[in-house]
Amino acid sequence: MSRQYLIRRLLIMIPSLLGISLILFSVLALAPGDPFGELASNPAIPPEVAAALRAKFGLDDPVWTRYLHWINAMFHGDWGFSFNSRMDVDTLIMQRLPTTLIVIGAAQFLAIVVALPVGVLAATKPYSVFDQVANTLAFMGFSLPTFFTGLLLILLFSVKLEWLPIVYRADLNATGAQWYWEQFKQMIMPVTVLGLFQGASLVRYVRSAVLDVIKLDYVTTARSKGIGERAVIMKHVVRTALIPVVTLVALQLPIVFGGAIVTEQIFRVPGIGSLLIASMLSNDTPVVMAVTFVISILVVLFNFIADILYGWLDPRIAYR
Amino acid sequence: MASAVVLLLMVVAIMLGPLVWRLPINEIDFTAKLEGPSWAHPFGTDDLGQDVLARLMYGGRISLAVGLCAMLVAAIVGVLVGAIAGMSRGSVDAALMWLADLCLSLPQFPLLLLVIYLFRDSLKSILGPEGGVFAIIVVVIGGLRWMQVARLVRAQILSIREKEFVEAARALGASKVRQVVRHILPNALGPVIVAGTIDVAAAIIQESTLSFLGLGFPPDIPTWGRVLYDAKDYLDIAPYWALFAGAAIFIAVLTINYIGDGLRDALDPRRVL
Repeated sequence: MSRQYLIRRLLIMIPSLLGISLILFSVLALAPGDPFGELASNPAIPPEVAAALRAKFGLDDPVWTRYLHWINAMFHGDWGFSFNSRMDVDTLIMQRLPTTLIVIGAAQFLAIVVALPVGVLAATKPYSVFDQVANTLAFMGFSLPTFFTGLLLILLFSVKLEWLPIVYRADLNATGAQWYWEQFKQMIMPVTVLGLFQGASLVRYVRSAVLDVIKLDYVTTARSKGIGERAVIMKHVVRTALIPVVTLVALQLPIVFGGAIVTEQIFRVPGIGSLLIASMLSNDTPVVMAVTFVISILVVLFNFIADILYGWLDPRIAYR
Repeated sequence: MASAVVLLLMVVAIMLGPLVWRLPINEIDFTAKLEGPSWAHPFGTDDLGQDVLARLMYGGRISLAVGLCAMLVAAIVGVLVGAIAGMSRGSVDAALMWLADLCLSLPQFPLLLLVIYLFRDSLKSILGPEGGVFAIIVVVIGGLRWMQVARLVRAQILSIREKEFVEAARALGASKVRQVVRHILPNALGPVIVAGTIDVAAAIIQESTLSFLGLGFPPDIPTWGRVLYDAKDYLDIAPYWALFAGAAIFIAVLTINYIGDGLRDALDPRRVL
């Protein structure tokens, strides 16, 4: 891992951040509807006043000036005011973000913990009964939409069995061990839904990555040296096969955020995903823009981390 | 194979079902609301007494149509971009591939929500509530999924354009467009078909997710996601309602994914292990 590599990856982030901001801004600028549309149609406000207001807020400026203003404000954390929640958008998002990150992190953890052993085992015995069962389950796993599995779990565990709470609460009124237990109980369903959905596609990636590596010559060499099968798989195969898997975990993050929006909405998790939907349904545009922006930045950031990890794990590409 | 049969049965049921099963989808009858499955209503009725089976068959048409059209949009844009990038090389190629990479790193689902949120109302007024929502969902879902196809097509073109038969076509004076359309694309279609099949399944999931969040089709158009959205508040009283709608989505997506997997084994010999 060289410093050059790190710096270059950091520099590559800049154009992609700019590109994403450009796309978001053009979507916003092209969208019909004008923040001052109501003013213009309000007979009590003379046209001169409306025009003066437009000029004051720069609505008549050329597009590129507006873009520069907008991106400047975005990067300074000046994201506007939420009409619905009556507070600044950045405070609102900072309140909600930790919950989302905890749920997504736990779900990714669960996905990896399930997918790694299953994928490796399936690949060591391809076309065995275990492999076929795992493959079928994986197929069902990513064909089941998260909102449907979420409803099924609620139906089973909350409505029928009454084991788990339906609604996720950020303000649990309990302390100490009790708090952790309650927190754990309410996280089970959202994390399971999201984690198993991710895990299902991950199993197939792990399986094919291991299958790619397992027939390489160096594995045969390791076997012929008399190392036990277990050590060959764990020390030689899995370590190499994991390199592309690390990248995949990061590259799947855009999908995870999409899934998180749905899951948060089903289980009423007070994260940024449910905030996004609630703001859309109540026309709270500043919040909608800011949440989309935050999610984009997080995705770029995790892609960067994946690149760094990749360079660290695979010395073959570090100096390229 | 079995999945192709199941999918075919579903498509036939959706296309011909409403001709046989003549209950209206939107006749409100409060005396028959939230009834469980019976002979009169095999899938039960919803909170307004409407027949769930009829609604699911009607909604299936829209859900499947959205899936197919979105896939077509993605495939057409993807093939175009991929072909242009693969044939032109140089800076055009680099710029197009940079754009594809950029779009791949976008958070697609939030962006999809954003575009629909911003443009929904104005398109509704131009194309009417059904047409407007349909157009925007198809274009946006398709427009966010072209990258994979573009990269596949470009990779295929880069290798096929150096083969002898294309060389021969070039020597005979075939224009670039003719080379691509007549000689390269027919040989590059295998992976595109596989990616397209998977795209249909993904588009169906995305559409039903949108409808499930209340941001897709309006309530009078019962797509599968919309039915599930309406059903979710009655989980404790009428679980069958949500189960039938969810099962419809699940079976459609699962069979399409299996078909895609089978096509991959059949069309792309390198991936078979």
